[in-house]
Amino acid sequence: MEYELTTPISEEDIRKLHTNDILYITGTVFTARDEAHERALEWFKEGKKLPIDPSGLAVFHCGPIVRKIDEGWEMVAAGPTTSTRMEMFESEFIEAFKPRVIIGKGGMGSKTTAAMEKIGAVYGAYIGGAAVLAAKAVKKIVDVSWLDLGMPEALWIMEVNRFGPLIIAIDSYGSNLYEEVKTKVEQNQNEIYKKLGF
Amino acid sequence: MIAIELEEIIISLLRLAVTELPHDVVKSLETALNKERNKTARNQLEAILRNVKLAKEHSIPICQDTGIQIFYINVGAHFPLIDQIPKIINNSVKRATEEVPLRPNTVNPFTNENPGDNDGLGIPWINWKVNDGTDLEITVFPKGGGSENMSQIAMLTPGQGIKGMKRFVIDAVIDAGAKPCPPTIIGIGLGGGADICMKIAKEQLFRPIGQRHVNPRIAEIEIELLDALNQSGIGPMGLGGDTTVLDVHIGATMRHPASFPVGLVIQCWAARRASATVTKEGKTIITSHEVK
Repeated sequence: MEYELTTPISEEDIRKLHTNDILYITGTVFTARDEAHERALEWFKEGKKLPIDPSGLAVFHCGPIVRKIDEGWEMVAAGPTTSTRMEMFESEFIEAFKPRVIIGKGGMGSKTTAAMEKIGAVYGAYIGGAAVLAAKAVKKIVDVSWLDLGMPEALWIMEVNRFGPLIIAIDSYGSNLYEEVKTKVEQNQNEIYKKLGF
Repeated sequence: MIAIELEEIIISLLRLAVTELPHDVVKSLETALNKERNKTARNQLEAILRNVKLAKEHSIPICQDTGIQIFYINVGAHFPLIDQIPKIINNSVKRATEEVPLRPNTVNPFTNENPGDNDGLGIPWINWKVNDGTDLEITVFPKGGGSENMSQIAMLTPGQGIKGMKRFVIDAVIDAGAKPCPPTIIGIGLGGGADICMKIAKEQLFRPIGQRHVNPRIAEIEIELLDALNQSGIGPMGLGGDTTVLDVHIGATMRHPASFPVGLVIQCWAARRASATVTKEGKTIITSHEVK
C-alpha cells in the first residue's frame, strides 16, 4: 500500500502502516545524527526544551550539504546516513519525544523496534545516496539549531512536500523487514556455500 | 599550460565525478531494474535512477556524502607542471568544496576538528605513477564513508587459497548487508601484502562494470562470485531482492610463499569517478564519461 501523511502525524495513522508499505511525508521533518541525539537526551534529562518539539514529526538521520543564501539556507543534497549508529539513543529518544517516523538507511535494532511498538512509530527506509531526490522534496529550511556541532550534525528543520519514497521497514507491530531479509539471506548463504563447494 | 588552467580542469573533474555517474554504472542500474522481480527492490532502483537523472540535470551532488578526495595520477616525467601537482590538487579541492559544493568531510582524528575545506593531514591523497611521456592521466575518486567502512582484509594461509578467498568475500558482503548501500561493486585484491592487496582491491573499483579480467580463469571467478552474491537476497538497500551487487572485479599480484592476502573494498551504487588525460599544451580528453 502507498500512503501520504501530513505532520503532525497521529498514532492512529501510524498504526495503519505495515512493513513494505510506501510512505510519502508532507510537513515538518528535522535532521538529527549521533551528536544531536546525544544532546537532545541530555537536555531532556536536564528539563530543557528542545529547539523543536518532535512529537508527531519525522526525524531524519542525515548530514546534509546546505548552502547559505541571502535570505537563509538552501538544501543542496540530503540523503540518509546509517541508522544503526543511532541505535544506542533511539529508543530513549522515541519514548522521550514521541516522533512518529524515523527516517534513515540500513535499519535499526530490537530496542528501537520495541520502542516503536510501544509508542506508535515507524522506521521509513530512504534510499541511501538519493540526496538530490530528497533535497528536491525540501520546500524550505525553516530553521537550524546546534550549528556548533558542524553542518552535518546540526538540527536542520525542514518543510517538505511528498518526501519519499520511504519503505516502511519497521512498523508499530514489532515487524522488522531487515530481520525478515536477514533470515532469508542466512538460508541463501547455506545454498551459496553448497554451490561454491565450501 | 599554467597552474590555474590545471586547477580549473581538476575542479571540473571533481564536479563531473560527484554530479554524474559514468555511463557503465547507469546502464548497469537500468539493466538491474529490468531484471529485478522484487517490488520493493524495483521501487528502490527506480528512485536511484530518478536521483541520478536529477543530479545530472541540476548539476547537484548525487549523494550528500561527497567522500574523501582521492587522486590517481599517472604523470609523464616531462609534463610541464609535474612539480606543482600536489599544490594544484589541494587548491582545486578547496575551491571545489565551495563551488560544486562538496560536503566538508575531513576531520582530524585527534581533535575532531573539521577545517571545512576538505584539506589537511595528507588529504586529498594522491597515488602516483610516473612514466616517460608528456601527458598527465588523472582520476578523481570521491569515496564515501558508508561503503568504505565495510572494507576488510584477510591474511589467509596459502592452503586456504582461492576457495578461502571466495568464502571470505561471500561472508564479508553478507555481513555488510544493507550498510554499504547496495547494489554495490566489489573490488578484490590478491597478493602482495597487507597494504598492496587493499590498494589493488580499491583500484578494481574503477574498472567499468561488465568489463571482465583479461585472464579467463580470473574472469570466471568474477562471474561465479557475482552470481553467488546476487543469490543472497540482500537486494537494493538491504530491503530484499535480486540485485545485491552490480559487479565483482578481481585484481592480483604475486604473493609471498607464506601469505595469501585478500583485500576487499566495497563501492556503493553511487560509483563516482572521473578521469581525463591532459596534454602538455593543456588539451583535456575526458575518458570516464561521454561529454558533449
